[in-house]
Amino acid sequence: MKSCLVVDDSGVIRKVARRILEELNFSVEEAADGQQALDRCRIKKPDAILLDWNMPVVDGLEFLVALRKEPDGHVPIVVFCSTENDLDHITRAIAAGANEYIMKPFDREIIEAKFREVGLIA
Amino acid sequence: MTPAEFEFLSGFIRARSGISLADDKIYLFQSRLVPVLSRHQFSDIAALVRSLRLSTSGPLADDVVDAMTTNETLFFRDRLPFDHFANRLLPGLLARPGRSGAIRIWSAAASTGQEAYSLAMLCAEARGALGGTRVEILGTDLSPAALARAESGRYTQFEVQRGLPIGMLAKYFTKDGDDWVISPTIRAMVKFRSFNLLDSFSPLGRFDLIFCRNVLIYFDIDVKRMIFAKLAEALPDDGALVLGSAETVIGITDQFTLHPELRGIYIKTRASQSGRR
Ligand SMILES: C[S@@+](CC[C@H](N)C(=O)[O-])C[C@H]1O[C@@H](n2cnc3c(N)ncnc32)[C@H](O)[C@@H]1O
Repeated sequence: MKSCLVVDDSGVIRKVARRILEELNFSVEEAADGQQALDRCRIKKPDAILLDWNMPVVDGLEFLVALRKEPDGHVPIVVFCSTENDLDHITRAIAAGANEYIMKPFDREIIEAKFREVGLIA
Repeated sequence: MTPAEFEFLSGFIRARSGISLADDKIYLFQSRLVPVLSRHQFSDIAALVRSLRLSTSGPLADDVVDAMTTNETLFFRDRLPFDHFANRLLPGLLARPGRSGAIRIWSAAASTGQEAYSLAMLCAEARGALGGTRVEILGTDLSPAALARAESGRYTQFEVQRGLPIGMLAKYFTKDGDDWVISPTIRAMVKFRSFNLLDSFSPLGRFDLIFCRNVLIYFDIDVKRMIFAKLAEALPDDGALVLGSAETVIGITDQFTLHPELRGIYIKTRASQSGRR
């Protein structure tokens, strides 16, 4: 079973994402901001990270830049999931090492398509 | 809908498009004809059928046919055929001895254009290998509504998140309001044109490669066989035909054989080897 860390400051979104990901056979952990996510990743790197952009303390982009500098920080497949849906944000996310990008609102079909895209689902 | 009305409508759709609708598809007529009823101000299907019986050509007839087409598609649908295209088919075409002129690719049931644009993006990615070789991609479809969307190159946020890798979105699209629009370079590689697969293919010319995906599934075996014969004529010996994941030539025609390695790809049988009818 693959693991996915859901990073979002909205409890509602984390819950929706968790349900979808569990249906797709992932074991799910949650973090409410980039700092919590980084702390989790220092203990154990998940296979996938579903990452919001705008969050208090450490935002999604800052987290991603920090993660990619960690030992084995390149391992997790990072899928941004954000309401920031313009080209500028997308380009910055890719440059920082994001593997895919979901523009909110999302549903099960989009998550499944994007996770398949990056090889997280066969 | 009465059995007689269903008989008439399904016969009409089959004659005009090849699409075969068995009587378990009555609900399809009922749901899809709703917008046509209101556009042409009919109170019910019975009234529409009465009018269609008087004249089976014209705007009403066209709208009924259009309404009964299934235009579902997505970028890089099923992925694998597009990997085969980029890794094997396109390099194969470029390496062909005696090759000259542009490479012509046909998306024979293009719908809203995602298949044709997916191929165009892969050709843009292969610019190095192409050298100066021009690629012409022709997308055709029966549905004017679908073609108009293909022409516009404009897709919703939902559509660009189905099958299109984010790197490709960032590279080949710009955002306009809530929609995403394909870049002029990619747009310029593709032409769209209205075309019925039941008609003669000769006005379209010949092709080096044909994608005819997820349309033959709607046709009866006789129509499929007739279309395979025309597809074979439009291709050179050993030319490749790409079908949808639920489609095959097996048991229908001997004018194509399975590609020895690539799933979903069919190769035109050399004239000398096929029992020509
Ligand atoms: C499901 S779409 C396939 C789109 C794309 N090739 C794919 O695989 O995703 C089928 C398309 O076939 C078109 N079609 C149906 N009958 C046709 C005919 N007789 N001639 C041309 N196009 C036809 C429909 O209008 C529809 O857009």
